[in-house]
Amino acid sequence: MVSEVPSKGLLLRVLPPSLYAGRAKFLLERSILVYSRAWLVFASGALEPLFYLLAFQIGFGRLVGEVVGPGGQVMSYVAFVAPGLLAASAMNGAVFDSTYNVFFRFRYAKLYDAMLATPIGPLDIALGEIGFAVLRGALYSTAFVAVMGTMGLLTSPWAVLLLPAAILTSFGFAAVGMGCATFLRSTSQFDYIQLVLMPMFLFSTTFYPLSVYPEALQYVVSCLPLYHGIELMRGLATGFVSWSMLGHLAYLLTMAAAGLWLASTRLHKMLLR
Amino acid sequence: MTEVLSTGRVVGSWRGAVLRVEGYWLWYRRYWRSNLYSTGLQPLFFLAAMGLGFGSQVQPGTATGGLSYLHYVAPALLVSASMMLAVGESTYPVLSGFKWQKDYLAATATPISPGQVLGGHLLWVALRLTLAAAVYALMALLLGGWLNAGALLVVVVGVATGLACAAPVCAFAASTYDEGTRFATLFRFVVMPMTLFAGTFFPIDQIPLALRWLAWISPLWHGTELARGVTLGTLDLLPGLGHAAFLIALFAGGFVLARRFFYKRLVV
Repeated sequence: MVSEVPSKGLLLRVLPPSLYAGRAKFLLERSILVYSRAWLVFASGALEPLFYLLAFQIGFGRLVGEVVGPGGQVMSYVAFVAPGLLAASAMNGAVFDSTYNVFFRFRYAKLYDAMLATPIGPLDIALGEIGFAVLRGALYSTAFVAVMGTMGLLTSPWAVLLLPAAILTSFGFAAVGMGCATFLRSTSQFDYIQLVLMPMFLFSTTFYPLSVYPEALQYVVSCLPLYHGIELMRGLATGFVSWSMLGHLAYLLTMAAAGLWLASTRLHKMLLR
Repeated sequence: MTEVLSTGRVVGSWRGAVLRVEGYWLWYRRYWRSNLYSTGLQPLFFLAAMGLGFGSQVQPGTATGGLSYLHYVAPALLVSASMMLAVGESTYPVLSGFKWQKDYLAATATPISPGQVLGGHLLWVALRLTLAAAVYALMALLLGGWLNAGALLVVVVGVATGLACAAPVCAFAASTYDEGTRFATLFRFVVMPMTLFAGTFFPIDQIPLALRWLAWISPLWHGTELARGVTLGTLDLLPGLGHAAFLIALFAGGFVLARRFFYKRLVV
């Protein structure tokens, strides 16, 4: 019987031929089956942003009142912080899924060894695993955007692009996270991930504008990937859209492509040679 | 060791717990470096981001008692970090003692009793909390977060609040057999909302009265009130005693319950 192999696009023909077999969707199916019992985790994860937004609405927002948003216009603090939290939660969710879970499957469950013994390539695995992380991120982001909408924080028609932007952000972080997870050797090294994530969450203008920093630090902060996700979403949510946002978009796309390349070549190198 | 203890000798109740602490210490001496981030850098990051960064947007007003936001948030962040460390150390590590590493089973095969295993764990948590709180206090000193020497008392309050959370969480972990999503639920529906809504970042009178009782019954709020009171000098005797009594009662209740579960699970 002839197996059904989909015709490959240009990009996939450039890659080494054994990397991709067009079967990434079966990994997605597996993840959905595995997690269909743990729906409570998903439900509570979708509730989390509600807690955060509520805290900023009734608490932090009253302390601050108004801040200077993108383009220099003054806006309410909760409207300022909400897009930042959306980007941060897309990052956190994606990285959690693509590091802890991938590490366990790679090192302990030997799931990928088993999969690579079937007609599935490393790129299929990378795409499938990252795809599920993104799917999960998309679910949480949808809940978040819905809460933002009911709180009246979506004031611009550009806000319809918030969800795609969140999906792109979680794709970028999931891809790089999965690539990095293949380098980890023991669970104690997860501290390194926290060491990168936590400062990025706190300092990437999530909670206060970039102008707070001295000039040298502003430059450092604007190199962080989360900063670009936040800028993109803050612009879309407030309707302050400019050409510079294409730069943020390019940054995130490059990051996603680089992460995908890293994850699949690492799997290839470590498990197939 | 020069002196060899005969096996089967019953040790005193404190001695047994201290022997457990010695065991933890032996382990920690090798692995303390992996905690450098959580007990060293993380408090610094949080204080810089919330106290200085977010604080730069806050005008000193009635909500912060006329103080700068850094002074307002510094003592509360210590207590909050202490609570999180205590809960973290009393969930998976405790279940692991029963289920994965099984060192609790090993310890109770010697003349150490389940109660001493629990006591040893809580003593160890207290030491970890003291270290973390002291490191935080030093970091906050460097950033100018303290108004007076009351900061030393904040360290004590932080450890006490942590222990008041650790004891009931130990009971929860000891009564957990199939962890499933139990711990994740605890973190998501108790620890996280408590961090946000128990007065760490903003006064709880901004919360609608119908929901404010949730803050009142949380140990973190009582700890935060005490911590702010001692460093800002606004603590009155009676409310202070009340907050302390709440924390002590929570610890005592948690300890009794945890002790019962430890015996139930370790005595065959």
